[in-house]
Amino acid sequence: MEATWLDLGPVTQIEPGMAATLPVIGGEEIAVFHTTRGEFYALVNKCPHKQGPLSQGIVHGDSVTCPLHSWRISLKSGQVLGGDEGCVPTIPLKVDCGRIYLLRESVVGKRAA
Amino acid sequence: MVVIGNGMAGCRAVEEILARDAKRYAITIFGAEPRVNYNRIMLSPVLAGEKSFDEIVLNTAEWYAENGIELVSGDPVDHIDRERQTVVARSGRVESYDKLLIATGSDPFIIPVPGRDLPGVVTFRDLDDVDKMLAAAEQGGPNEEQGRAVVIGGGLLGLEAAHGLSLRGMTVTVVHLMPTLMERQLDEAAGWLLKQELERRGQTILTGADTQEIVGKDGHVAAVRLKDGREIPADIVIMAVGIRPSIMLAKTSGLECERGIMVDDHMVTSDPNVLAVGECVQHRGQCYGLVAPLWEMCRALADHLTEQPSGYAGSVTSTKLKVSGIDVFSAGDFSGGDEGEDIVMRDAARGVYKRLVLKDNRIVGAVLYGDTVDGNWYFDLLKKQEDVSEMREGLIFGQAFALGGGALADPNAAVAALPDDAEICGCNGVSKGKVIQCILDGAASLDAVRSTCKASASCGSCTGLVEGLLALTLGDEVQAGPKTMCKCTSFGHDDVRRLILEKELKAIPQVMQELHWTTPDGCASCRPALNYYLLCAWPGEYEDDQKSRFVNERLHANIQKDGTYSVVPRMWGGITNPRELRAIADVIEKFDARMVKVTGGQRLDIFGIRKEDLPAVWADLNAAGMVSGHAYGKSLRTVKTCVGSEWCRFGTQDSTGLGVKLEQMSWGSWMPHKFKMAVSGCPRNCAEATIKDFGVVCVDSGYELHVGGNGGIKVRATDLLCKVATEEEALEHCAAFIQLYREDAHYLERTAPWLERKGLEWIRAQMFDDPDAVRRLAARFRHSQKFMQDDPWAKRAAGERRDLHSHLATVVPAGMEYA
Repeated sequence: MEATWLDLGPVTQIEPGMAATLPVIGGEEIAVFHTTRGEFYALVNKCPHKQGPLSQGIVHGDSVTCPLHSWRISLKSGQVLGGDEGCVPTIPLKVDCGRIYLLRESVVGKRAA
Repeated sequence: MVVIGNGMAGCRAVEEILARDAKRYAITIFGAEPRVNYNRIMLSPVLAGEKSFDEIVLNTAEWYAENGIELVSGDPVDHIDRERQTVVARSGRVESYDKLLIATGSDPFIIPVPGRDLPGVVTFRDLDDVDKMLAAAEQGGPNEEQGRAVVIGGGLLGLEAAHGLSLRGMTVTVVHLMPTLMERQLDEAAGWLLKQELERRGQTILTGADTQEIVGKDGHVAAVRLKDGREIPADIVIMAVGIRPSIMLAKTSGLECERGIMVDDHMVTSDPNVLAVGECVQHRGQCYGLVAPLWEMCRALADHLTEQPSGYAGSVTSTKLKVSGIDVFSAGDFSGGDEGEDIVMRDAARGVYKRLVLKDNRIVGAVLYGDTVDGNWYFDLLKKQEDVSEMREGLIFGQAFALGGGALADPNAAVAALPDDAEICGCNGVSKGKVIQCILDGAASLDAVRSTCKASASCGSCTGLVEGLLALTLGDEVQAGPKTMCKCTSFGHDDVRRLILEKELKAIPQVMQELHWTTPDGCASCRPALNYYLLCAWPGEYEDDQKSRFVNERLHANIQKDGTYSVVPRMWGGITNPRELRAIADVIEKFDARMVKVTGGQRLDIFGIRKEDLPAVWADLNAAGMVSGHAYGKSLRTVKTCVGSEWCRFGTQDSTGLGVKLEQMSWGSWMPHKFKMAVSGCPRNCAEATIKDFGVVCVDSGYELHVGGNGGIKVRATDLLCKVATEEEALEHCAAFIQLYREDAHYLERTAPWLERKGLEWIRAQMFDDPDAVRRLAARFRHSQKFMQDDPWAKRAAGERRDLHSHLATVVPAGMEYA
């Protein structure tokens, strides 16, 4: 089956260095990040440490620092960096003609545990 | 064979085919433009007046004739009939084919704003566009003034257009949606340097500027209006926001298309007799807008058509350009990040920024600004995926350095080889001999060298050399200096603060460039610190950077462990009234707050508010006259008071009244860390003033002022700063002490450790040695407060920064809509 993409609207909704949230009814909330270098990434909005909302952290380079206890998470891989361990699920994302798209099956597939 | 498109890709494909087998095909080329094939990327020099059209022609009329090619120019193909294998041109001309090659290139992307069709709005794609721009430059503006051009789009194309128009004498404004110029080719640091340089050359660069409308007057373009309301007058508007593959013709003829026309590795479309090449195609998911990939595609296409198939495997691209003589280069994936490793070199004096991104000892990306000599070398290493671990130390200094000498296994060897009179520190004119002498005289750390002979104390670009000399001279005896701000810099907090003032640095990217930050955009610890230092150094001038703020200060509330927030309205001096209490009670019920608690700072904390509800909560609290309590900030928190002489039989002064006045004077100010105050009406000290950052204990004869207390992890009682006779003096001294703390302490340093580090005597000396010092410090504090005492809640409640409080959308999985 062909992959279907969820259109989240224009890239300008998220300022570089910031993130926006996407609640999923019956699933895990997603955080969409825009780095200062212009890349977009989507991750489940939950730190593997104590479930802090990663969308609210400070974004630097390609990582985000969780606002609760300063764990550092890779936006590319979801891996926890700098000595701690864990991984945040990532959601395939593409930018096309100035709009952000998420892979639908990955969005709705991530049901809350 | 019929070729649709007489541009660079179409003609190059034909050339490649002819070179392999000149006799195989009878070729007809259709072109929409009424001219021969020219080098489209050289349109910028034509616009700038550096080249003429004749100089950029690639294929002359003779070339077409000599090779027996029929050129149908100025007649675009409107229809392809794949059944009959014919094409129909606009003139009605029909041509049949055995093989059809589509090379329609790309179309400029026009942003869908009102006024986009007005005369005077042009794109930058072909020679006709250049002619229109030249005509506008020629004509000038009204009243004999210079003509005014607005370029929408600060990418490669837009900046070239802006440069050309500027050379042609127009006043140019570039309007760019993103905060960084050329964000696809440059990172934030390089984009910032480019912006500074272009501004220095007289262009106006507006980043983060979203176009709302192109305004017309008398049927011609007159201005560009931005979403923030600004309006920029324009005699011509150049739309250069990007290109998209031109696929209309292919799509209507039923060929498979996504973003571009889908082709395989031999450039064959979904119809085996139809091929496509250039910017109009999509190959393995990629569309290209640069020249190098086109050449590679054309080779693969010609190989296929002459039955010696080779295949195209996609391209890694690099961009090298010169805008107004500024060299810029980028290649590969420079988003870098965690799996990659950054090597950054900055040379503020020469305006150079270089960044390489390594992964598994291989270069995966490069951004060069100001010095691109080694661009091709890096690009070559990148494409070949060569292991660079052997020359890693010298890599960033370029090919000549990295490959020369062979002494690179030991980076200190290069320093050792320098003669004694070689200059190490250009800023302070310190030679190698002087640095070594200074080390031998007892300077055993980087910091000691900096403070004694000044080497590397200014811009810091020679820090590596000084460290090398320390290692060479002392071996293992080198002492670690005071801690640097973070791993992004070799400077400590004090140096950074001093240099911000000395060099008049007024933006975070500027600090990072001038002080040779080793990371492209800092980290979660230096960014908030720099934001505070700049805010403190340039009140009213520096614009707060929200993305460098910790979440609590960005959302003006305290994040809790479940991701909800708590809200604390200000209660001046701990006093409240029925109206405020009713409003708080209503908020608790209306927003279903799970708890309300009396805080240690004599106010009420409302728990369990969701980020999307915060603006509405604040609107309700504002309506009852309450403002932000800054319980979330590195800023003034509370002023705790006792009831004082108004009620208490022991009270000596009006402690509540003074508390309210202190709070009204100092609320809203940003500080290195949180700051708490208290006023007790008598020495029984019910307000616990002697464990606060600033505490007042009232006595019969006046006011004792105490500083540097803390009731946290490490309890510290205050030191007595001084005693004053009047309320006015108490207020003035408080303002002066806060300002001294704001200007001197390190970010995230409370007054207690700050006071212990500096000593009470030092603080007294700063405040009292010069009889005018208190007044001057207090005046600086009051000046800064003019820009700070603006309730952040009110602005958010009125709709500012809605993006921080709202969700992008909510996903409802199919089948759950009615659940």
